[in-house]
Amino acid sequence: MGMTITEKILAAHAGKDVVRPGEIHMVKVDVNLANELSAALAIDEFKKIEGASRIKDPKTAVFVPDHFTPNKDITTAKLVQRVREFALDQEAIWFEIGRAGIEHCVLPQNGLVGPGDLIIGGDSHTTTYGALGAFATGVGSTDVAVAWAIGETWLKVPPTIKFVYKGAVRPWVVGKDVILFTIGKITVDGATYKAMEFHGEALATMPFASRFSMANMSIEAGAKNGIFHVDELTREFLAGVHKEGYTEYQSDPDADYDDVIEIDVSDIEPQVAYPSLPGNAHPISEAPKVRVDQVVIGTCTNGWIEDMRQAADVLRGQKVAMGLRCIIVPGSQIVYKQALKEGLIDVFAEADCIVSTSTCGPCIGGHMGVLGDDEVCVSTTNRNFVGRMGARSAQIYLANPAVAAASAVAGELTGPESIVGSRAPVPIDREPVAA
Amino acid sequence: MNKLRGRVWKYGPDINTDVIIPGRYCHITEPKELAKYCMADLDPEFVNKMSPGDIIVAGGNFGCGSSREVAPLSIKATGTAAVVAPSFARIFYRNAINIGFPIFESTEAYDRINEGDEVEIDPDAGEIRDLTTGETFKSGAFPEFVQEIMAKGGLSRYAEERLAAGV
Repeated sequence: MGMTITEKILAAHAGKDVVRPGEIHMVKVDVNLANELSAALAIDEFKKIEGASRIKDPKTAVFVPDHFTPNKDITTAKLVQRVREFALDQEAIWFEIGRAGIEHCVLPQNGLVGPGDLIIGGDSHTTTYGALGAFATGVGSTDVAVAWAIGETWLKVPPTIKFVYKGAVRPWVVGKDVILFTIGKITVDGATYKAMEFHGEALATMPFASRFSMANMSIEAGAKNGIFHVDELTREFLAGVHKEGYTEYQSDPDADYDDVIEIDVSDIEPQVAYPSLPGNAHPISEAPKVRVDQVVIGTCTNGWIEDMRQAADVLRGQKVAMGLRCIIVPGSQIVYKQALKEGLIDVFAEADCIVSTSTCGPCIGGHMGVLGDDEVCVSTTNRNFVGRMGARSAQIYLANPAVAAASAVAGELTGPESIVGSRAPVPIDREPVAA
Repeated sequence: MNKLRGRVWKYGPDINTDVIIPGRYCHITEPKELAKYCMADLDPEFVNKMSPGDIIVAGGNFGCGSSREVAPLSIKATGTAAVVAPSFARIFYRNAINIGFPIFESTEAYDRINEGDEVEIDPDAGEIRDLTTGETFKSGAFPEFVQEIMAKGGLSRYAEERLAAGV
């Protein structure tokens, strides 16, 4: 019997020829990510590990302060100071704000993760890197600390569910809609402990960033990892970030799958996940016209340049509705600079949006856009749990950047066609050619 | 491992780590401080009404969402003895094991145990006994490697052995 791409990567890192679902192995870690929150706790734990004083391989340890940065208050400033001192002292890879952004955009854009890699991270959305044909999964702080100490972690080999996406996406539909639809279909624990392996002709009809959004949200179905095979689009992305010397793995034709789920994407409209689970997905045409107080566009799920282009396509020449705040969060400094170059920041500013520094702030109800009592938010982030973005009574609707932008203009939950009419969206997978 | 005995606080399925310990408290690393905000967005009264030794019985997919280790840490810091659920989200599961906090998988226990019941758990036998109703439930066995980590008192102790052995 053959192996899946996930099994092959785990086998290679366990020093085995074959691994099977259910087995637990110690595996070599290529990249060990921590943000300031997971790092702070991991540092405490690392110091308690007898015999550990230096990170075994500091070039595998990546630190990205992004949750409460730029520091929200004195407490978080002290916390980041502590993490910064540790990372620099250990000669690990430290990303200071201004050169960085949100971890899950920063690592791929800096060529730190690539096909065949085994990546763990003290952040559940570490699954994002599966877009590049890597095995990537979220862990806790003790896991991070132990991997600093011994360069390995323990992983149970997950069974794999194969998703085959057929057809071509409709206008305005991107990976965010496809993954919300998928989670809605299989539910928020439909892939618990499992790998989600994404296939199908439909993938080529979406911009590359859609894969990051889909792998990012595979955790919202409970998955251990979400993974794509490398193709021409992947190689083009990797060449753009100067990533070389990687290994492309392929699932064998006779690999064993827990389940195979086929989805025709041509049936999928832009989706909205109603409060308070990412699996509450519904087509935008059926969504209630609720009044909206705040819109958030960006972050690690939809903070890529393609997402900025999609939002700008709707916001160009428009104004945000009176009484509504629209916060744009580019995923990284690299995305921000590209958006500047393409004139997208002008579009956002002219539309009366706030363009925020790259931070997880609003998504975790931390800072830079916290919701008050009973407020309604349409957000391109990944979680709409109770209290996630602020007050317990606040309501969060998850959507793609076009739906979020349209809702910002209309002042109520709505799709892009209600703002721009029936014209086709501009292509978002390429930088526009200067006129 | 000693038997655990306490009163049950019951919650539904898909309890995520954001409601266990909201993002606004995630910069806290001190256990005593974390304990104050445990379940803040699920049941703000939990920390006032519970007593050390009590047991949480909840629905499936417990601990889904964020990888924050402060979620099991905050529960542990309240003095809660264990969480029983039909299934745990995978990062919560490994965090609990790694920090040595007892969790037990049982669908029947969730279906049958009521809030306020007095429950006794025998971790070694994997038995959950509802002393109020007299019913006994069996919890699923942990894989051997996981049992080894738990017996050592957490993943860091395993790492220490590896470092001492120089492998």
